[in-house]
Amino acid sequence: MAFAWSKFSSPASFYPLAGKMIPWFAWGAAILTAIGLWIGFGLAPTDFQQGEAYRIIFIHVPSAWMSMFVYLVMAFWSALYLGFNTRLSAMMAQALAPTGAVMTFIALWTGAFWGRPTWGTYWAWDARMTSELILLFLYFGVIALRAAIEDPRRADRACAVLALVGAINVPIIYYSVKWWNTLHQGASVSATEAPRMASIMLTGMLVMSLAAWFYAIAVVLARVRTIIVERERGAAWLHALPEVAQA
Amino acid sequence: MTEFFAMGGYGFYIWGAYVVAAIAVIAEILAVRSKRRATLAETRLVAPTELGE
Amino acid sequence: MSTMVVAQSPATAAPGAVLPGVRWALARDLRLALRSRAELAVQLLFYVIVVSLFPLATTPERTQLSAIGPGVLWVAALLASLLSLPRLFAADYADGTLEQIALSPYPLESLVVGKVLAHWLTTGLPIVLLAPILGLQYALDNELLVVLAAALLIGTPVLSLLGAIGAALTLGLRGGSSLLALLILPLYVPLLIFGAGAVEATRSGLGATAHLSLLGAAFLVALVGTPFAAAASVRIALD
Repeated sequence: MAFAWSKFSSPASFYPLAGKMIPWFAWGAAILTAIGLWIGFGLAPTDFQQGEAYRIIFIHVPSAWMSMFVYLVMAFWSALYLGFNTRLSAMMAQALAPTGAVMTFIALWTGAFWGRPTWGTYWAWDARMTSELILLFLYFGVIALRAAIEDPRRADRACAVLALVGAINVPIIYYSVKWWNTLHQGASVSATEAPRMASIMLTGMLVMSLAAWFYAIAVVLARVRTIIVERERGAAWLHALPEVAQA
Repeated sequence: MTEFFAMGGYGFYIWGAYVVAAIAVIAEILAVRSKRRATLAETRLVAPTELGE
Repeated sequence: MSTMVVAQSPATAAPGAVLPGVRWALARDLRLALRSRAELAVQLLFYVIVVSLFPLATTPERTQLSAIGPGVLWVAALLASLLSLPRLFAADYADGTLEQIALSPYPLESLVVGKVLAHWLTTGLPIVLLAPILGLQYALDNELLVVLAAALLIGTPVLSLLGAIGAALTLGLRGGSSLLALLILPLYVPLLIFGAGAVEATRSGLGATAHLSLLGAAFLVALVGTPFAAAASVRIALD
């Protein structure tokens, strides 16, 4: 790609770019959410087996997908940071962790509220939910490690290593938990299995997933802008910004 | 309308799920906003240096 | 109290040598560990006490104990490992020795392997030997005890190897040991599943081959990969 990405690899040039991108993704997320919920609650029919309860998938599945996707992106930026030592990569990784944790929490909570009416229990120790729980611990680990280290550079590097070690382990953890679960349940019944999808249900899920993605982008860009302000504290370009220069 | 909220008897679970999800999202947005405000306020107090980092 | 007094100073060693680095770090850390035998004994005692707590908290009924036994013995091993991991680097870090060690001609990765090996010999191996005896408290029969010991034998080195990464990342941090637990326990989960699962599989007649093979694979992968991650983490902490 001929586009000069390197132009935006400095915090100073990325800051205004991110600022311009945020409204687009924020509004996009809002509109897509409205459409997705209208499809999910207005258009999609009642499920034959699960009744109305299945409608939780329109928030559960997107948040679960995002929780895993955000971790991969965080690992990607971490790898980029360790490879090229660009501050902005570390800042992006730092900005992604809290959003990933929120997505994971939403996935766990909505999964539990889906499990109770359909499978009789809030928490069934099935493979996906258990892996999701461990993913939450992995996010907390990265966040806690960053909070514990005062030197920003050491924190960047330590969290990058931890994120990558975690990323390598996520598939291992998932498959081992799946194994553990199937061995103990015999004919494995996933506690939160989506109903046979009418295509309108799938559409609703996809629209909500896109909405979740746009939301995550908007929030992470907003957070990284604050991180840039915090870590580039003395910079001249920063003090020239209207939001800083004004009293 | 009440039918919509009742959701065939599953209302507690569906709204329990969606409302908490909405709270989490709103909380995240508010947290990002307040952190930004606080950081900008702190930054105004710092004198700019030429070198920056 | 750590010290640089050893038989062969690393300054005279051939630069880049792998095995001599392992041997040097192993000899040094073993010597240091055996000087504080009381500390090692306490960590082992911790294992025994934790294992003894569960029957008191649940039931003395033998079939139920037998059901939870493998899991308890494994979880306690994980916790004992966590308790002893700071010992890997913390003392050296505190008095500046770690920095000097990192500057030696030996590759840091091989020094890490040596340290991990010393850690396993003083923490993991005693657990491997002790667990079958404690397994008798849980009414596990001999076949299960053998499988338990085998699984722990393969698994505890991986606990030490993975733990080294966590220990290095949390060097010198406030609340380091709780943070270490948060960071490392999720990574331990597959080992727990396959290690305790091996005993369960034997009990149910499926045989433990698959579990033990997976543990073995985990060991090989960890042996190859974790020294690099751990050495990188040490360098991060030292910078």
